[in-house]
Amino acid sequence: MSDTLNINLKVWRQANGNEKGKFESYQVQANPDMSFLEMFDVLNEQLIEDGREPVAFDHDCREGICGMCSMVINGRPHGPKQGVTTCQLHMRSFKDGDTVVVEPWRASAFPVIKDLSVDRGAFDRIIAAGGYVSVNTGNAVDANSILIPKDVADKAFEAATCIGCGACVSACKNASAMLFVGAKVTQLSMLPQGQAERESRVVAMVNQMDAEGFGACTNTGACAAECPKEIPLSVIATLNREYTSAKLKGR
Amino acid sequence: MSQKLDSKIPAGNLADKWTQYRSSVSLVNPANKRNLEVIVVGTGLAGASAAATLAEMGYKVKAFCFQDSPRRAHSIAAQGGINAAKNYQNDGDSVYRLFYDTIKGGDYRAREANVHRLAEVSTNIIDQCVAQGVPFAREYGGTLSNRSFGGTQVQRTFYAAGQTGQQLLLGAYSALERQVGVGNVKMYTRHEMIEVVTIDGKARGIIARDLVSGKLERHFGHAVLLCTGGYGNVFYLSTNAMGSNVTAAWKAHKAGAYFANPCFTQIHPTCIPVSGHYQSKLTLMSESLRNDGRIWVPKAKGDKRHPNDIPEEERDYYLERRYPAFGNLVPRDVASRAAKERCDAGYGVGSSGMAVYLDFRYNMMNKYGRAEATKAGIENPDEATLFRLGKEVVKEKYGNLFDMYKQITDEDPYEVPMRIYPAVHYTMGGLWVDYELQTTVPGLYALGEANFSDHGANRLGASALMQGLADGYFVIPYTVGSYLSKEIHTKAIDTQHEAFEDAEKRASERIEKLMSIQGKRSVESYHRELGLIMWDKCGMARSEAGLKQAIDEIRALREDFYKNVRIPGKINEFNPELDKAGRVADFLELGELMCLDALNRNESCGGHFREEYQTEEGEALRDDEQYAYVAAWENTGEGWNLHKEDLQYENIKIQQRSYK
Repeated sequence: MSDTLNINLKVWRQANGNEKGKFESYQVQANPDMSFLEMFDVLNEQLIEDGREPVAFDHDCREGICGMCSMVINGRPHGPKQGVTTCQLHMRSFKDGDTVVVEPWRASAFPVIKDLSVDRGAFDRIIAAGGYVSVNTGNAVDANSILIPKDVADKAFEAATCIGCGACVSACKNASAMLFVGAKVTQLSMLPQGQAERESRVVAMVNQMDAEGFGACTNTGACAAECPKEIPLSVIATLNREYTSAKLKGR
Repeated sequence: MSQKLDSKIPAGNLADKWTQYRSSVSLVNPANKRNLEVIVVGTGLAGASAAATLAEMGYKVKAFCFQDSPRRAHSIAAQGGINAAKNYQNDGDSVYRLFYDTIKGGDYRAREANVHRLAEVSTNIIDQCVAQGVPFAREYGGTLSNRSFGGTQVQRTFYAAGQTGQQLLLGAYSALERQVGVGNVKMYTRHEMIEVVTIDGKARGIIARDLVSGKLERHFGHAVLLCTGGYGNVFYLSTNAMGSNVTAAWKAHKAGAYFANPCFTQIHPTCIPVSGHYQSKLTLMSESLRNDGRIWVPKAKGDKRHPNDIPEEERDYYLERRYPAFGNLVPRDVASRAAKERCDAGYGVGSSGMAVYLDFRYNMMNKYGRAEATKAGIENPDEATLFRLGKEVVKEKYGNLFDMYKQITDEDPYEVPMRIYPAVHYTMGGLWVDYELQTTVPGLYALGEANFSDHGANRLGASALMQGLADGYFVIPYTVGSYLSKEIHTKAIDTQHEAFEDAEKRASERIEKLMSIQGKRSVESYHRELGLIMWDKCGMARSEAGLKQAIDEIRALREDFYKNVRIPGKINEFNPELDKAGRVADFLELGELMCLDALNRNESCGGHFREEYQTEEGEALRDDEQYAYVAAWENTGEGWNLHKEDLQYENIKIQQRSYK
């Protein structure tokens, strides 16, 4: 596996949110066992050596859980493989001589900061609007006094595995955030702990989502197809049901 | 030489200290809380839980993180679980036993009173997290599920598949965002703390750099809480996130906070081995895997056969052989050294020979496969059936870890054993704090991995999450009151004050100096070189000669850095290379202190293994006569002064640690 891959990169470069961006081409030699981001490390070292500006991109844990990495690779958020983040995509998924186009998430609710970095503060604001159970520290009862059937706990967990990366928004032609919001609403609406504010929560989160400028959902399913954590499309159905039911109750 | 360190441990019986402290500590009335401002740096488990809780109590909180969202803090990557002395399994667990296991696991270098408090509040943490909607793993009856971690003989670890840290952090993050939403917390993302501001010896604020605009900002606080994690990235390759750094803690150290036991670093035994020179980080495979994975190497040196072709009797399950009582679940330091010993002796596997096998086949088939077959009423199941049924159970327990392993190595761990090797994971050392989590600078606190207090010379698995949340949810809300109750007359200080002026000037001069070098080498290349020095000479095995050499090498590298580093771009813009340069500059100083501390400690204990001090069987040989103390280092500007806090063991008989 020590063969070298010659990769032709076309990378989106944009100095900041106010400037216009454009693609620039680079040649990189990669090793098949490298991660996609390590290939970008190699590119950046090369650029620095040549006295040029390295490419800015977001990344942190590099093990697929922090949700910070965010590249659209050949038109697909997080690249060609199913169920992985950009940092867990490895160069063995590419062939020698491939041309690879890399862009940032594109959505008006995620303004570009520089190159491939965008501002996803809108997601935090949606959570701040209602994505929690209102329980102050010190108010809890014994953990085993709340019994939750295993299948319910498993389903809530499945929805809770969302890493908030924004690939769903990036994949959607309308830049809708329904999968992200649906995941949190599903988790909390299923659990007994979240019942007291079940209705006010969903309404507040959807209102904030709209205020941030995310688009409407047309049930295309691109979000779920590109989600690195494979959050199912059914969370959007749950979100719609929860929202309608809350509205019918006059929330 | 040394000013006495006052650990402020309350008097009384060990088990009553915390209750008595809580009942007698000074309070701040609600009206006064509204006028008191607290700065929280870092939003991992410790920071998010502290910021949320203090805001709930009524304090005005400002929280800072360098990531784009507080939810990205590296606590998110913790995999296996969180300990709590709930005794839900009825297997003999208790607060005392968790306390005892932690002290023993830390090789008798942690402070008794702090650790007992940690064990006491551990049960509240689980309650709090469940109340927040954290989806822990459950049994069919709806109760919480537990598993085992290293260094214990009970099942006290709560978990959510292999992503417990994620679920706990999202719980704390949601509590934090709730307070942001109601205006009690002002959140600053993509901000890095680069100076502590002190006035009349007290911490009064910070200088932060807005990483998007590059501008420096002044922030006042009546108290400053550092919840900024550990410094494992000094080794370049570690399981830490790329951005994890020592900068905030180091600036605090330079502002007068003592740094304790810096050489106590944890090398985690089960990580995916290094694959090439381009490697940017190492990935952990959770310790929980050792519940069901058996570690082995071939009995014959250099055996190149496929692992599945090596018969049972030709495998050396060396942990089960050497430590029959704990087997594969010995503490991390013991497991790591045993792996290194086998590999150094020529029994390692994989292309580099620097790996051992972590094999699930036996338990997958015999433990889970057979149980599932019995449940399904299948008599005499064949191998394929056992494999299929067992795989389903293993998948449910560790699915995301197995997927991650496959993603990185291109090998399927359900079919072939994982190849693993130790890697830097956690730092037990950190800012010295007293019982109240206050550093030697009044008003400046350190929580979670950023402090030194609870894990001694080796941390037990699933105890980091416990400590982070204990400090943030249940300790600091009380202890900070002891300080703030005396600050109710202090009005918010104008950030035009000369102390802020000076601190900002120091920060901006430092940045300008770095940018003006314009040499030839990238920041990354210095970091990588520092990491190699640290790993070779201050890693799993240390010696006097090696450490002395390392100090010389680090000094030379630091000198070269300030002559030859090249940082592209400008100061007042989004410039990740500049951010990194500031962090590496601090690592270049910390590395020297770590070596100095390792050199000073002429004994082996926990993760600190000096080759000169070992038993005949190769186990760590402590020297309790000479070194039963916390080494707290004071930065003098030119070098360091050592202060010692003697460790008193009044409730535990200190003895040679044995897991046999």
